[in-house]
Amino acid sequence: MIKTTQWIFVCLVLCLSIGTAFSQGLSPPANVTAVDTPNDDGSSITINWDAAPEDSGITGYQILRRIADGELEEIGELLPVGTTTYVDSSIEGGNAYAYIVRAVTETEATVDSEQTAPVKGTGEWFHTGKIPLFVAMLLFGTAIVWNIYYARSGKEIFIRRIPGLEAVDEAIGRATEMGRSILYSLGLGRVDEVPTIASMTILGQVARRTADYETPLRVPCRDPIVMNVVREVVRTAYLDEGRPDVYNEENVFFVSESQFAYAAGVDGIMLREKPAAIFLQGQFYAESLILAETGNSIGAIQIAGTDSEHQLPFFIAACDYTLIGEELYAASAYLSREPMLLGSLRGQDWGKVLIFITMILGVILELSGVNWITILLQRVS
Amino acid sequence: MKRQVPLVLCFLFGVATILTRFSPHPYSQFFYEEVNSWVLIITPFALVLATVTLIRAHVTRIRRRTEYWQYSFIVFAGLITMVAIGVPFGPQYPAFEWLFNNIQVPMDATMFSLLAFFIASAAYRAFRARSFEATLLLVTAIIVMLGNVPVGDLIWSETSSMKQWILNNPNLSARRGIILGVSLGVISQSIRIILGIERSYLGGGD
Repeated sequence: MIKTTQWIFVCLVLCLSIGTAFSQGLSPPANVTAVDTPNDDGSSITINWDAAPEDSGITGYQILRRIADGELEEIGELLPVGTTTYVDSSIEGGNAYAYIVRAVTETEATVDSEQTAPVKGTGEWFHTGKIPLFVAMLLFGTAIVWNIYYARSGKEIFIRRIPGLEAVDEAIGRATEMGRSILYSLGLGRVDEVPTIASMTILGQVARRTADYETPLRVPCRDPIVMNVVREVVRTAYLDEGRPDVYNEENVFFVSESQFAYAAGVDGIMLREKPAAIFLQGQFYAESLILAETGNSIGAIQIAGTDSEHQLPFFIAACDYTLIGEELYAASAYLSREPMLLGSLRGQDWGKVLIFITMILGVILELSGVNWITILLQRVS
Repeated sequence: MKRQVPLVLCFLFGVATILTRFSPHPYSQFFYEEVNSWVLIITPFALVLATVTLIRAHVTRIRRRTEYWQYSFIVFAGLITMVAIGVPFGPQYPAFEWLFNNIQVPMDATMFSLLAFFIASAAYRAFRARSFEATLLLVTAIIVMLGNVPVGDLIWSETSSMKQWILNNPNLSARRGIILGVSLGVISQSIRIILGIERSYLGGGD
């Protein structure tokens, strides 16, 4: 009697579950497709399916996959209802995968979609989403190269006055008159960072002038590779000026790779040697104000320059002159007045004009309800 | 030849590295990562050279009895101790870790904490209301500082929203302007390097 009652109960529960599934119209996920993820390195496959109606009773999806004729395996977590895409990033190259999307209800009833065709992940040689960026890069590059050749033809190129660079001669002259040294810090940047290379160019120009005036130039370095390159830059500058006898290799030296040990070391040099002029050019972080304030306290004329917008306020507050952002990169052209370098600056300005026109045009179009330029820029970013 | 080979290599690797940013293919990414890892090979050689210069500089200081020459002995004591423990036993050795955590870390923290005092002295000079611009800076700084502390909203309920407006509008616009200029400057500088117009990294000269 008890067994019969149990059987009736089990049958009732089963009927109720099936009934609920059918009453809620539980249908398999439709239009399931699996494609090789575009613009990736071939390490993923994207699965798409249609969204289920709100009253379908589906509470989540489970993705299943199989390699060739292998067993079905569940991948990833249960996806919440409303999901229509899943990127399988756990594939192995060379294998073809087929997928099934399993819809799951609150009562854990399930229904499977049809199996997709097998797909392989392949890496693309060109990221099509980056076409606008590639075109922008080509346009900007062409503008710079064209202006370099324009400058080579001997035509005059106007360059606005940069007070921080005008003051370079003043600072070196002051140090020479006072019979004190000049301290030049390239900051914490490594040799493969563009601000460091820009700083080396300025250092080369400063070294040419100190070679002429026989003013000691001290360069404490944080990076060993930078130190070796800087030695070569300074040595070449002294050779070019015909003063190899004035060059002292020991004036370009390594302090420490540790950020604050470097700051402490350079601060110590400032306080002991009291240089008349201090150049802080390159990549700086939290030590920027520690260096600049110490330099200020000894009364040195200070010319700073960095592209880090977080450190600029500190330099502006504590130094006599500051090269703001792009002025650091304009310094080599400004100081050397080489036509080819000046030409590249003109090309850079063309790029800025193009960006401003795009911004103004974008604002006008967006206000008029046309948003293709915004979408294009979003794709670029 | 001494100049031409590095310039040709710079051009080829420069262009190839730019192209890898537009190609997600595994070969392209492998090339990018491989080339970047080559820097690691150069670093140890340069570090040896740098350490030699450091030792030489401090030996000279001791020999010439320059000002505070005695401190150079501390440099040697630190260098020898860390090398003597770190090289045979590795950086995970308890004594090495103890020295790092109890000497270098507190010294770094001490230098970093000096920043608070330097900010105060730099701010004092920058915010002296001697011109219209400095007054504007002073007023803006007071609003932002008050907006960052609870007492600001107690003085005037709109302080926080004013601070946020300053940070979101004039401040962010200026920062983005600088970033835009810097980005174009970096691209321009990179093109000059790749084309061999900028040669400072080769030691300058022609």
